[in-house]
Amino acid sequence: MSHLENLTLTIWRQSGPDDAGHFERYRIESISDEASFLEMLDVLNERLIDEGKEAIVFDHDCREGICGTCSLMIDGQAHGPQRGTATCQLHMRKFKSGDEIIVEPWRATAFPIIKDLMVDRSPLDRIVEAGGFITAPTGGAPDANIIPVPKPVADAAMDAAECIGCGACVAACPNGAANLFTAAKVSHLNLLPQGQPERWSRVEAMVETMDEYFGSCTNHGECEAACPKSISIDVIALMHRDYRKAKFKNRKLISQI
Amino acid sequence: MTVNLESKSPAGPIADKWDNYKANLKLVNPNNKRKFKVLIVGSGLAGASAAATMAELGYDVEVFTFHDSPRRAHSIAAQGGINAAKNYRGDGDSIYRLFYDTIKGGDFRSREANVYRLAQVSVNIIDQMVAQGVPFAREYGGLLDTRSFGGAQLQRTFYARGQTGQQLLLGAYQQLARQIGLGGVKLWNRVEMLDVVTVDGRAAGIVTRDLVTGEIRSHAGHAVVLATGGYGNVFFLSTNAMACNVTAAWRAHRKGAAFANPCYTQIHPTCIPQADDTQSKLTLMSESLRNDGRVWVPSAVGDERAAAQIPEGERDYYLERLYPSFGNLAPRDISSRAAKRAVDSGRGVGPLKNGVYLDFSDAINRLGKEVVKERYGNLFDMYERITGENPYDVPMRIYPASHYTMGGLWVDYELMTTVPGLYSAGEANFSDHGANRLGASALMQGLADGYFVLPYTIGNYLAPMLNQPIPGTDHPAFKAAEEEAGARFSRYLDNKGSRSPDWFHRELGKIIWTHCGMERTAEGLQTALSELPALYEEFQSDLKVTGDGQSINQTLEKAGRVDDFFQLGMLMCRDALERNESCGGHFRAEYQDEEGEAQRDDDNFAHVAAWEWTGDPMNAVRHQEELQYEVIHLAKRSYK
Ligand SMILES: Cc1cc2nc3c(=O)[nH]c(=O)nc-3n(C[C@H](O)[C@H](O)[C@H](O)COP(=O)(O)OP(=O)(O)OC[C@H]3O[C@@H](n4cnc5c(N)ncnc54)[C@H](O)[C@@H]3O)c2cc1C
Ligand code: FES
Repeated sequence: MSHLENLTLTIWRQSGPDDAGHFERYRIESISDEASFLEMLDVLNERLIDEGKEAIVFDHDCREGICGTCSLMIDGQAHGPQRGTATCQLHMRKFKSGDEIIVEPWRATAFPIIKDLMVDRSPLDRIVEAGGFITAPTGGAPDANIIPVPKPVADAAMDAAECIGCGACVAACPNGAANLFTAAKVSHLNLLPQGQPERWSRVEAMVETMDEYFGSCTNHGECEAACPKSISIDVIALMHRDYRKAKFKNRKLISQI
Repeated sequence: MTVNLESKSPAGPIADKWDNYKANLKLVNPNNKRKFKVLIVGSGLAGASAAATMAELGYDVEVFTFHDSPRRAHSIAAQGGINAAKNYRGDGDSIYRLFYDTIKGGDFRSREANVYRLAQVSVNIIDQMVAQGVPFAREYGGLLDTRSFGGAQLQRTFYARGQTGQQLLLGAYQQLARQIGLGGVKLWNRVEMLDVVTVDGRAAGIVTRDLVTGEIRSHAGHAVVLATGGYGNVFFLSTNAMACNVTAAWRAHRKGAAFANPCYTQIHPTCIPQADDTQSKLTLMSESLRNDGRVWVPSAVGDERAAAQIPEGERDYYLERLYPSFGNLAPRDISSRAAKRAVDSGRGVGPLKNGVYLDFSDAINRLGKEVVKERYGNLFDMYERITGENPYDVPMRIYPASHYTMGGLWVDYELMTTVPGLYSAGEANFSDHGANRLGASALMQGLADGYFVLPYTIGNYLAPMLNQPIPGTDHPAFKAAEEEAGARFSRYLDNKGSRSPDWFHRELGKIIWTHCGMERTAEGLQTALSELPALYEEFQSDLKVTGDGQSINQTLEKAGRVDDFFQLGMLMCRDALERNESCGGHFRAEYQDEEGEAQRDDDNFAHVAAWEWTGDPMNAVRHQEELQYEVIHLAKRSYK
């Protein structure tokens, strides 16, 4: 274990949604390189409380890169410099002594700031509520092995289903689009045999709800680079294709399914 | 107050009990269901599945979670898998065997009827989750794949890469989201439940605090479900998510719900050891890794060589040596204690000598790196991100950590607590796992409770209440609870002491870990019981919370949670002290056989300890529910 010395943190502070907000600078004299980025913020917060100041608010929970709660822009990159890694899994050994680090909240029109580094990401839930599910009331399910799912299909669905819903894709997108998030869910469900009956209505409802809240995708690809699960933008192509097809379907004809 | 611990296990042979129950339960007509309001606290596997199912049935459901989205509940972090008695592999599995393994795994300290039902519905869970689109791992032929987990000699564990909890929770969350979209469920996110309100001895509703605005308010309902997860964070360092806490269950306890077996906590053998003192939590490395990883330490004390330099003959594969038939898959409590002994004997590995090796080199040689990567790739990546070491090249270092809590709110067969109308599901209740939970059984239990048990049993309670008025939020009991909660939070803010909630939490955790962790003694527990009240007093006089109560204030939230952890901590130690035997996760050093294995005392302790609140955890009253073993013979648990 070794230590990093003399870090300067420039952190966004904003007391509430109506406050204009500003940057504040904090010095970290020394921190273990085994500490995670969030543990460094914990240490800073303990110091602030000690000094009678209000701790910096930031969202986090599992600290294992799976719940999707953590959400920091670090030096302008969603989740910071390490690819395929959520903020909570970023460790100080990725930085060096003397570094100046800028920490900001997700910035997107659809994600208003609640306080300091915490934002409201509930529009993502609205998209799922619109159609990101398979209607399967409890109790009526057939035996799980009755429909074999070819392994490549199950794997592709799983690749998409890994999305943790953190919103980094939105934060990274110059247009504040949520296409990667939405497409990941559409792909997960539309690839599986169980998802076929609602395939077309699902994609329509989800895309149209997404468009109500978020900007439009112009294929920058920043989302894929920021995604802590490295979800491929190929899913966006699949979503667009399904969406276009959905518009031409006659859903009363089984042959069109 | 009287505490009624009648289990209400239905009559009849074990295999027929659940059917008998369902055949006799009272039903609510579909059109009448919307007249009943059910308040569900928690959106993890248990809460989300219960809410979605009950809304679908037509009940008027409200869901509360302190998370920003229901999808972030701690269930999301489960890695390894979910058990079910499907017997798809034809390896001899059956409902009876899953039932037996679970009772045995729990060291014969759980209620037979509940566990049998759990094994029965396990089969439906897999069907349900597949229908919802959970992308479980598949074989090349397209059928579901399974693997083995600790405490079982069968392959009955279904999984979705190393993210089974994530995929199951997303499945349940999507069903919940559908109901929210349809208007069947009202969601209260970033809202924390602070109290249960009872009127005439029945649950009448809850009091909550909006974490964003600080608003404290009441919600009235016909029934309340607490699916609020476990209390493993009492140890401060645990594999639980940072926000997991005991407040909901604890506050219910203070309102009359008996708290059962608080000392039954599970210390998971395979976590990444603590690296330094800034550590805020510990990370689990799924138990599934023990399918292919071999656990060892150097045979000699003080061996400083790197792992690769230590020849085979100088390594102690202690699990394989001590438990030849289960080997590296020995149950969690046993594996954890064995690791503790290895480290305590001076043979620990790593910079702080606080771990044991989990070595994949044999598996990589036998199966090839690609296969190992396919099975555990994401876990290996996670390990590397946290430790900076690559487990394909050097063995992982692991050490036990607090992981799961078998204790919780006492519930009967219907999952009702000792307060009528107040239910508890998932990890928050004490049912099913006895003194030790087997791997891949918590996800099973959460979904069983939510999808397949509560929707029936709550109806049975509600049916006779049709068209009867219930107390509204203007009832004095609600007002009193609101005022009490408000005053408590003002007190934290006004205290102006010198130490943060986190500081107290860390100190609390140290006491509990030292004296009520993997190994307990009467002497140590007595020490804890003198240190805890003193530290709690200091907490009350010297707590410092900065910021205000009208905007989001995570320091203030933490203060409330730590307050409740203190009280629970005292009860845990008392429970551990009173239980003069070793069983499962509760290991009292005084009660062990010549080989160091846990020694149960079935004559005196084949019961559930359920504690009644009396105003002070140090004076809580202990009640007993005797466990009746009709089917299974109490036997010494052997994994040799
Ligand atoms: C790292 C890890 C890995 C695991 N792996 C496995 C595994 O492979 N297999 C297995 O079977 N089990 C596993 N477990 C255990 C299992 O994940 C949990 O026991 C289970 O998911 C708990 O589900 P739950 O629904 O009871 O509670 P949780 O998922 O913890 O949900 C609790 C909910 O309650 C809400 N809540 C709590 N208190 C309040 C309050 N006061 N007010 C409002 N809302 C509140 C929270 O917001 C949350 O929505 C694992 C556990 C951990 C820690
Ligand atoms: S805190 Fe859960 S993903 Fe980062």
